[in-house]
Amino acid sequence: MVALDGNSIGGLLFEVFGTDLTAAQTICATCGAAAPVAETVVYLRAPGTVVRCRTCGSVLMVIAQIRGMSCVDLGGMAALDTGQGG
Amino acid sequence: MSPPVSRGFRHFRRPTEGEQNRVPPGQYVAQGFPVLSAGPTPHTPLPEWTFSIRRAGETLKSWTWDEFQALPAEDVTVDIHCVTRWTKLDTMWRGVPVETLLGEARHDAPYLMAFSDGGYTTNLPVQDVTGGQAWVAFGYDGQPLPAEHGGPARLLVPHLYFWKSAKWVRGLDLLDHNEPGFWENYGYHIYGDPWRQQRYAGD
Amino acid sequence: MATAAVRGRLTWQTATVTSVVTETDAVRTIELDVPDWPGHLAGQHLDVRLTADDGYTAERSYSIATAPGEPVAITVERLDDGEVSPYLTEELRAGDQLELRGPIGRWFVWDTSDGGPLLLIAGGSGVVPLRAILRHRQRTGSDVPTCLLYSSRTIADVIYHSELDMYRDGAEVSYTLTRSQPPGWTGYSGRVDAALLAKIAWPASQHPLALVCGPTSFVEAVAGNLVALGYPAGRVKTERFGGT
Repeated sequence: MVALDGNSIGGLLFEVFGTDLTAAQTICATCGAAAPVAETVVYLRAPGTVVRCRTCGSVLMVIAQIRGMSCVDLGGMAALDTGQGG
Repeated sequence: MSPPVSRGFRHFRRPTEGEQNRVPPGQYVAQGFPVLSAGPTPHTPLPEWTFSIRRAGETLKSWTWDEFQALPAEDVTVDIHCVTRWTKLDTMWRGVPVETLLGEARHDAPYLMAFSDGGYTTNLPVQDVTGGQAWVAFGYDGQPLPAEHGGPARLLVPHLYFWKSAKWVRGLDLLDHNEPGFWENYGYHIYGDPWRQQRYAGD
Repeated sequence: MATAAVRGRLTWQTATVTSVVTETDAVRTIELDVPDWPGHLAGQHLDVRLTADDGYTAERSYSIATAPGEPVAITVERLDDGEVSPYLTEELRAGDQLELRGPIGRWFVWDTSDGGPLLLIAGGSGVVPLRAILRHRQRTGSDVPTCLLYSSRTIADVIYHSELDMYRDGAEVSYTLTRSQPPGWTGYSGRVDAALLAKIAWPASQHPLALVCGPTSFVEAVAGNLVALGYPAGRVKTERFGGT
């Protein structure tokens, strides 16, 4: 399985959050590393989408599309900063 | 408003009439063997590999790779069904029946959590991995199981959706109560019967 | 942070294919008429969704091959065991409809205000968004010093070859062929490695901005080498392409 990066889920995240998050900074809840979403490690169709920290490999986010809804678990992120003051 | 149909788009093929009773509802037949993973491919060296049956934090029984290879293994041909809608017919595996492994541990637990290198887990009722329904497989298509498909060994439980057939499996934790594993925690069905289309929790 | 279940917002729109152009044996550029296209930045991509007559859908992302202001186009490489790329490269034709959403991406983009010097490194079809960047640079009359290093298997696999050969005036294109080279080849040979990058890349002291695109293993090797050459990690932007 070839891992991609957060660029590949830009559309999915836009659909879920209503904004383009590829440049948003994530902070890993496990190791504290900061990175833009675009540079995270992404596994698609795993069957869901698994987003991992490039530094420590921990799961940052999981997105499962279930009966037409996107179920997002952000538990692996300490923060997701869109830079919009929110 | 329904999306436009893409003229001429054919995908994984629909089952032929002869295959229909082998392909669960909502599934399509794949020719290849897609590689899908939730994380990087682990590479545990065989001298460090073990398979363990554990309960409440205690290891009841453990095998090294050499000990595992000395167990009686069998060749099986089964159909497999991925929740992402592809089914692959007549896949050939070689492995040790799970009941052979569980039989060495002498227990009465009703459930288990399979655990793998890399942290993946998936839960199963013990009655679904005995009676010739499950194996720890180390061979595929006459060759050693490739790492990308779960080698050196993976769980093989073909009567359930294939996320239950944990790749890179390292053991089974016996449980008194059913608990959700990795995908079950994120909304996938706790049991996963493809014949009842149990893809997601609540199906 | 908690778990949330969110009903997805529908941003898909239907475009019409205006042309399908052969770039190489396995590669096609698909030009699109997108009625409500909001414009895009060089480097962005769009998502394509195909729907079969039984409702089965498949989605994939493709980089936009053209600059802001030009008609939207994507360049697609046919992957033999792919589900979507064979359809786009062999079946799709002018007049067909294609569902898409975009533009997407705020990280792997370049606009003239981002400056340079600019180092663009492409592996295979990773050249697509970098070509959009070069076209944008050209169209705006930017004089940002730019270098594209483009790795392909053979000369026949080089996409946009004649167009790339025409760049002058501060935009330099170098090619490396990894599998075989034609007689009289004066370009580079072999993989993009530390030695080739040391030769081609802007010195780190010039505070360059690098954009690297291609297969995951290519991108990771190149990015690692650039960091080893002193490029700060934040000045090496990456986009990984993958199978199917």
